Amino acid sequence: MFDVKKYYDVDNLGVALSLLSKEPHLIVIAGGTDVLIKMQHGWNQEETELLGINRIAELKGIRMLDNGDIEIGALCNFNQIEEDATLQENIIPLVEAAASIGGPQIRNVATIGGNICNGVTSADSASTLFAYDAKLKLSTERSERIVPISEFYMGPGKVALESGELLTHIIIPKESYEGYQGRYIKFARRKAMDIATLGVSVNYRIDEASGCFEDLRIGLGVAGPTPLRCIEAEEYARGTKVSEEGIAGIAGKAVLSSHARTSWRASKEYREHLIEELVAEALLSITDGVRGEEDE
Amino acid sequence: MEEKSNKVVGTSPRRKDAKAKVMGKAKYTADIYESGMLVGKILRSEKAYAYIRNIDTSKAEALPGVEAIISYKDVPKIPYALQAHQFSLDHAGQEDHLIFTDKARFVGDEIGAVIAIDDLTAKKALSLIEVEYEELEPSLTIEAALASKGPWIHEGREHNILSDLWGYEDGDVDKAFTESAHVFEGTYDTGYQQHCHLENHVSYAYMDSEDRIVIVSSTQVPHVARRIVGQALGIPWGRIRVIKPYVGGGFGNKADVRLEPIVAAMTMAVGGRPVILDFSREECMIGTANRHAMRIKIKSGVSEDGKLKVLQGEVLSNAGGYASHGHSPTLVAAGKFVNMYETEAVKVENRTIYTNLPIAGAMRGYGTPQGVYALESHVEDIVTALGLDPITFRKDNFIKENFVNPANGMITHSNGVRECMDRGRELIDWDRKKELYKNQAGPKRRGLGMACFSYETGIYPIAKELGGARIVMNQDGSVQLMCGATEIGQGADTVLAQIAAEVLGIPFDMVHMISTQDTDITPFDFGAYASRQTYVTGLAVKRAANEVKEKILRFAADEIVDLPVYMLDLQDANIVNKHNGQVMAPLDKVALASFYQVDRAEPTTSDVINNAPVNAYSYGATFTEVEVNMRTGKIEILEIFNVHDSGKIINRQLAEGQVEGGMAQAIGQALSEELLMHPTTGKTLNNNLLDYKLPTIMDVPDLGVDFIETYEPTGPMGNKGLGEPPTMSPAPAIRNAVLDATGVAFNRIPMNPQRVFERLKQEGLL
Repeated sequence: MFDVKKYYDVDNLGVALSLLSKEPHLIVIAGGTDVLIKMQHGWNQEETELLGINRIAELKGIRMLDNGDIEIGALCNFNQIEEDATLQENIIPLVEAAASIGGPQIRNVATIGGNICNGVTSADSASTLFAYDAKLKLSTERSERIVPISEFYMGPGKVALESGELLTHIIIPKESYEGYQGRYIKFARRKAMDIATLGVSVNYRIDEASGCFEDLRIGLGVAGPTPLRCIEAEEYARGTKVSEEGIAGIAGKAVLSSHARTSWRASKEYREHLIEELVAEALLSITDGVRGEEDE
Repeated sequence: MEEKSNKVVGTSPRRKDAKAKVMGKAKYTADIYESGMLVGKILRSEKAYAYIRNIDTSKAEALPGVEAIISYKDVPKIPYALQAHQFSLDHAGQEDHLIFTDKARFVGDEIGAVIAIDDLTAKKALSLIEVEYEELEPSLTIEAALASKGPWIHEGREHNILSDLWGYEDGDVDKAFTESAHVFEGTYDTGYQQHCHLENHVSYAYMDSEDRIVIVSSTQVPHVARRIVGQALGIPWGRIRVIKPYVGGGFGNKADVRLEPIVAAMTMAVGGRPVILDFSREECMIGTANRHAMRIKIKSGVSEDGKLKVLQGEVLSNAGGYASHGHSPTLVAAGKFVNMYETEAVKVENRTIYTNLPIAGAMRGYGTPQGVYALESHVEDIVTALGLDPITFRKDNFIKENFVNPANGMITHSNGVRECMDRGRELIDWDRKKELYKNQAGPKRRGLGMACFSYETGIYPIAKELGGARIVMNQDGSVQLMCGATEIGQGADTVLAQIAAEVLGIPFDMVHMISTQDTDITPFDFGAYASRQTYVTGLAVKRAANEVKEKILRFAADEIVDLPVYMLDLQDANIVNKHNGQVMAPLDKVALASFYQVDRAEPTTSDVINNAPVNAYSYGATFTEVEVNMRTGKIEILEIFNVHDSGKIINRQLAEGQVEGGMAQAIGQALSEELLMHPTTGKTLNNNLLDYKLPTIMDVPDLGVDFIETYEPTGPMGNKGLGEPPTMSPAPAIRNAVLDATGVAFNRIPMNPQRVFERLKQEGLL
């Protein structure tokens, strides 16, 4: 049972932004899979005023822009992301991340915009968006700005949304995905209905002539208070041979960027071990060098 | 239906409640609405161990919509036992619970309640209540509880020992160890497991015009609930009426009488207006019961030729803050030492310890999953160390038919455990795979494991086993069947109707099942517990059906057909000549006549309470194949088979359903499920289904099920218990398969990835 102080339901972006500008304390609600749970556990509902944005058409849909960038509406739910042909063709890790979230009911309402704005490190879509250098389009009634996702996360549950600002679109630049392959691995205790113990998203481009990594980007979730990139490992990777040894070296460096901590859910030591293992697994699986086949 | 009469047992007709449940017509407690229903919410202790010095309710009382606030100050101080043990039993030590307490014994303990016009108001009122605690040093482990200098969690229970009675010794243990060629020792730990029944706990109550308290509740034990509410409130039991509608699962958790006394006190506090108490999942997971976490130490002696000569055990069991089922699950765990392997000598000691943690109570298997995990892990350690074949060793040492349990005198009349092992070995392709998985070194390693169990169907001779059944025949020859024991999702209604149809010689569809139990109307029965229902209540149904059959045949012989009664039988809803099957008269004609014959009036009914001074041992085995990821610590079950000897199977489809559900529950126990409490505050950390890792359907592999159908002569249809047995052997089988795959013996469950990682690292495998 819920009892909120106020609830606006709008179907127009302009109206939503204008309301947000006048009443910046409004809590934006889309799929509600995070907001409603917070309301059930602790928020003082009588003080809660909600802005429902679910019916705003401008924030829906996935399309390739004329310049080749891919634009994802903040209101796209994870079923739509999982089934989208453009993403399936170009950004497999995002499709894999979407498919790993909750269960079918959750995926049918939970939105990618909400997943990011909730500000948690375990957001399955976030590590992939980090790995693809995604840009976020943030709008107010009067202005619009583009922020790289790496600058959006301020801390656990804290994002760089300013007063009256709404995330409208997520843009994945063409140069981030063209010629890149990638993979997302969610390590969780269950195969569904679970949060990640660790999320690893990798993508890379290989220089065929030298057999070396030309570029590699690694995004991690639950490896620190916010999703993060493995800068040391990425720098090390450029020019490193695509081999078991090379990948082991990269995976070892990936741990250096992490800030994992011990909680009752998993120890720091175990999470760090998983970072190394899963970065290696992700890279090996897309370079056809699957380990362990000797005993299968 | 097309079933031929007298051929209903052994078929799988559609569940009696299938249509109602699929169509949403089955009414559960929260579906039934009383106008003006108020909402009750429990005020729970935030401290693990504390005296409640004061409760300031002034702010909450001022909130509009709050109808009453009650606490320990307002309810009778009559201690009662939460559990459904029979009244005839000695309850000393288990009557340790009050409706509300002024001494909190765990985080979540019930100290008071709010009654308000709706859910939100009640919640808000709770947040306005100020509780003044005088904190005590909590005992958050068994070790801490035993070392505590007091005050004891329950007065008079020194060193917080709930009980250490009924240890058991048979034969000369010292001599047997001296004569053993090999001696083994091991310690095995299991975690807190939650039932996670689909329907949370829910009850509502009101007072009728005669001031009787009517309670509608999701309970396994309505008649017991009536008694315990009467005891807790100090009012005559007849003034209480308990109604049990459809129930969405219990697994033993609703064999405690937990909400009913509270909701009765709530309605009394508001002049008899209806009040509902509807637990959330989060509340259910801290405020009801759990499977006991146990530590079981085993020492064994084996002869040169592979004979298990002696078993010595110590069972330490964590009861949490209240006794609930007390020492009994501990004793059932300890019982595995005497009714699985035949040894020359056996000794077992048991201790059940109070701690300042959530309550442990009855959960499907009742101590056996822990006992079997320990013993079957230990047996595997023996065969591994000695290089023996695990199946041969078990077959050579397991008890046989006609074995008399030295602890209670109960006889094993049927025992198909060896056939279960043979079948399991074949189903999983044991011999070929064992060969295949030798000498693995890669990052993913496979292994095979097995384990077996024995388990009592009911509770005789510890206590009486009553079954209540009533049958009323209608004008068309169909009948209503009413049982005192409860359908809680397990399929009892269907199976009991099959037994009635079989005995009466009428089609299954002519048995109308009354699924609701109402203590004012329904025959007396102790309820759904143990694995007793098809066995104990089945005996009552069989007797009731025989009585009705006798009556209608006598009437037919007297009034309708020209044959003496001893020549008559009922088949296919016809009165037939028993000798040659010739139809003498259709049952509907005879039944109709029995109602309207001018010169004769008597009911074609029966109303029996059957006392069953019998018990039967069920047996079975699990075989499984796992793959262990040596890098991440994840264990994947590739294949798993449970093969059961539960005597004759009445309804194969329902039986398979029981087994599959139990296997899934045991897979959770083995790999992922564990309620966690904060090490210094005792607060439950994961009382929700995100952090409590109940396996999803994707985490459970295809479940293989088969039966070895022995004939159990003491059962109504040759059957014996099946409800709990599926949970008993999967965990040790999985553990033994992991040992086979990795060479590492995991003596603590659940084997979650963090723990596997730590052990592999410790063993130098990572």
